[in-house]
Amino acid sequence: MNTLPVSMIFALSLAAYSTGALASLATWRKPALCRYICCGSGLAGAVFGGFAAVLGVLQGTPVRWMISSGIPLFAYSFDYDALAGFFNLTLAILAGGVSVYSFGYLKEFEGKRSIGFFGFLFHLLLLSLTIVFTAANAFLFLIGWEVMALAAYGLVTFYHEDRETRRAGLLYIVMAHIDAGCLLLGFALLMQVSGSADFASFRTAAAHLSTAQQAAAFVLFFLGFGIKAGVIPFHIWLPAAHPVAPSNISALLSGIVLKAGIYGMARIFLDGLGVLPSWAGLLVLIVGVGSAVLGVLYALMEHDLKRLLAYHSIENIGIILIGLGAALVFRVAGHPQLAAVALIAAMFHTLNHAIFKCLLFLGAGSVLHSTGTRNMEELGGLIRPMPVTAFCFLIGAVAISGLPPLNGFVSEWLTYQSLLAGFGATGGLTRILFPLAGSMLALTGALAAACFVKAFGITFLALPRGAESRLAHEAPRSMLVGMGCLTVACLALGLGVTWFLPTFDAMTEQLLGRRVGSNLISSHGWVLSEGIRHGGTVSTVAIGIGLLILLIPAVVLVSTGTRRFARRRGPAWDCGLAGLSEENEYTATAFSKALRMIFSVLYQPRREIQAVFDVSPYFPKAIRFESEIEPTFEKRLYVPLKDVLLRFAIRMRAIQAGSIHAYLAYIFVTLVLLLLFGVRP
Amino acid sequence: MTGLLAKAGLQLVLLLLVAPLLSGIIKTLKARLQTRRGPHILQSYRDIFKLFGKGTVIPETASWIFSATPYIVFVTAALVGLMIPMTTTDAPLSLFGGVLAVVYLLALGRFFLALGGLDAGSSFGGLGSSREMTISAIAEPAMMLAIFTVALAASSTNLSEMAKVAVSQSWKFLAPSQMLAFAALFIVLIAETGRIPVDNPATHLELTMIHEAMILEYSGPYLALLEWGASIKQLVLMTLVVNTFFPFGLSSDWTLRGLGLGLIFYLTKMLLLACLIVLVETTNAKLRLFRVPELLMVSFIFGALALISTFLF
Repeated sequence: MNTLPVSMIFALSLAAYSTGALASLATWRKPALCRYICCGSGLAGAVFGGFAAVLGVLQGTPVRWMISSGIPLFAYSFDYDALAGFFNLTLAILAGGVSVYSFGYLKEFEGKRSIGFFGFLFHLLLLSLTIVFTAANAFLFLIGWEVMALAAYGLVTFYHEDRETRRAGLLYIVMAHIDAGCLLLGFALLMQVSGSADFASFRTAAAHLSTAQQAAAFVLFFLGFGIKAGVIPFHIWLPAAHPVAPSNISALLSGIVLKAGIYGMARIFLDGLGVLPSWAGLLVLIVGVGSAVLGVLYALMEHDLKRLLAYHSIENIGIILIGLGAALVFRVAGHPQLAAVALIAAMFHTLNHAIFKCLLFLGAGSVLHSTGTRNMEELGGLIRPMPVTAFCFLIGAVAISGLPPLNGFVSEWLTYQSLLAGFGATGGLTRILFPLAGSMLALTGALAAACFVKAFGITFLALPRGAESRLAHEAPRSMLVGMGCLTVACLALGLGVTWFLPTFDAMTEQLLGRRVGSNLISSHGWVLSEGIRHGGTVSTVAIGIGLLILLIPAVVLVSTGTRRFARRRGPAWDCGLAGLSEENEYTATAFSKALRMIFSVLYQPRREIQAVFDVSPYFPKAIRFESEIEPTFEKRLYVPLKDVLLRFAIRMRAIQAGSIHAYLAYIFVTLVLLLLFGVRP
Repeated sequence: MTGLLAKAGLQLVLLLLVAPLLSGIIKTLKARLQTRRGPHILQSYRDIFKLFGKGTVIPETASWIFSATPYIVFVTAALVGLMIPMTTTDAPLSLFGGVLAVVYLLALGRFFLALGGLDAGSSFGGLGSSREMTISAIAEPAMMLAIFTVALAASSTNLSEMAKVAVSQSWKFLAPSQMLAFAALFIVLIAETGRIPVDNPATHLELTMIHEAMILEYSGPYLALLEWGASIKQLVLMTLVVNTFFPFGLSSDWTLRGLGLGLIFYLTKMLLLACLIVLVETTNAKLRLFRVPELLMVSFIFGALALISTFLF
């Protein structure tokens, strides 16, 4: 019934992004006009995309359309089903927020950098993401995937005059191609069995996959999508690349580009490879737990605001994988109902993380825009010059720490519930893994809260620590509106979760054959339950109302309890010294010192203190302090790997002699070999 | 709806009244055990009453976070108190949040308390915030494991449901898994309520303090709210331990007789747990901060063993 509108509106959104890309390039000489076009068409595309997604998610029947290309195995085929709709909805929310934000953010580029080129890449990224989320043909998917990687590379290296940026870009593009290579091999394996590049054909061919083929395909796809999602140990590009990009792009990269990896996993593992064995699900679960805990532990040690957020993306991808892994295990164990709950937990966290991480990156962008530094040790006291940014950042921080009544809490709650249910649903020793994973999730949550106390407290509270933060000013209005929209989304998804959950029905029915959204809601839509009789229940809206009601007696007690109540400002306790200055304040490094000591096995911290003194070492004239933690994965895994590769490359140089005769011989031998393989059926 | 509000109102009054009393009892018991006279048992009430009558000084460096924190701490603790069964198995708001909501609401209070500590800009506040967040972070997995053990036995995370299952098998606490879970949760209780050997609530020495460091800049009604909130949090956590492991005397309904009997049982159990805490506090010395993780690791291992023994025994 709604087939035509969905495809029409979806096409309009694609058209808006394409026009935006081309128009941005065309108007590059007029920066102001270009800025209007760039943000306007981004917003238009987001509105159309979001509208199509809402229609697509709500109606159960997928919309398919195909334009044949004339090239074998390749067709412009799109499949707009519930999963695609959900990811497109996420994309649209972020694209909308970022487009509004960019209107103010890009102003400082005028006259300095090419907004036209930026707009071109920005729209190309949004376009390619839309294609990735809807493609129904492996090659179309891979083309979208590659364009996405290249557009993201262009945006990551936008400040290319910086050496750090160029290095990060190189690391990113290398990792992006390793993951694309894995995906290509994975799809080749599937195509060999199904004889077609159509996703629908993989679905039917999954039954003919041998165990070994299925395992190989799983490993290849897990590697490919895992690298894109920034799963530990393939994460090293992420904390390098995300902070150096312009902040609005960092928000998109962490918010939605990582989620392309999650999308791929959901699409292939739940839909394309048949029912995966339980070891696959457990592997996803364990990798998820590792990413969550290690991600947040590394985040704690960062005092670069954007790097800290980038590490938190790794953590949250881990939490999403916990839900996804649990869903895979439950499916093979014969509990589709539970699998659906776990899948909802994972997907809802995907959406939630997209929104609050985007919000936090935009907040960090405002701070960077206003002060020019990402180093938290030079910030402080920004809540006074930047009250709105501070409030938005605080809401994002509470949400990402998984605290009630906001959206992060709800998805973590669902994850806990599915893990607890997993204890009863699986047999043997593996069942112990679920509560243990739950306790690690608790550790992650508590560490994330510690990290965001640090991030918000050091950046926005107390006294400014550097000249930049003393001169800070509030961000332009459009940036505040962009952040405000996402803040409202955090609140709405947290408090109104029971109204939102039924939208997952079509997705779980499509992937697992169960509609559980309505089972999760009880008491006339006020209470969220885990869908099991006498199971856990929670109601964020009741918590919100309860907190407000209880506020009344507290306020009454404080304000009217006594007539002698007086409120005045005075200096904080300075230990009898000559007043409080920024030197007395706790720093970000000091704040995480206790955790650095406790987890020193992991961090291998190294510190160096050099003091210059005249008479006694107790009265230094100058002091130099240096502290760093060991980048374990880089040092222990990637550097040796790189060395092996280089050594291999040097060996290979022997056959690359530069002689044309030798190359002709190689070509001939290759041709003969290919013909031998090709002709034999 | 009116029934719900009446129950909630009743429990709220009980909560607000008993919490300072419990703090007073613990202080008095501790003093007696150390052959001191100690403060009067009602001193906590007097402190709170007096503080509400005083003015408050807000540091010049502080923002609205500083003023909002006492309210948030107080309100989250009180709301949590309405979600746990105290005298009856049927807690007023248990439908709206189970044990996970309890843990995370307390975390919300702690989040803002730590921000309030940082807001004044003095080094003490930052020190307290850093330590509080560190210790709570490493206490969290142990607490969750112990809670999961109980929740899995009841196959619910709803506290009323857990209490009902506990009542139906009152002697279950003798099972190894429950005993281990109790041991794990008791250690977490010590850490979360800031008692020796983790924190010392009685001093303002910078080397020992965690909670006291965070609230150093607070005064007057704000301090009263914080102290009251802290005592409610302590009451809530102790109630949680007492009623999940020793559900004796929990009435199953809100009748007058059931409530009265339940209240007597409840107060007796709380008194016994308070004695245990006082005993631990008096016989132990405060641990160095970096030895605390070892203690919490013990708690975590207890929790893990509890979990493993649920399907061994």
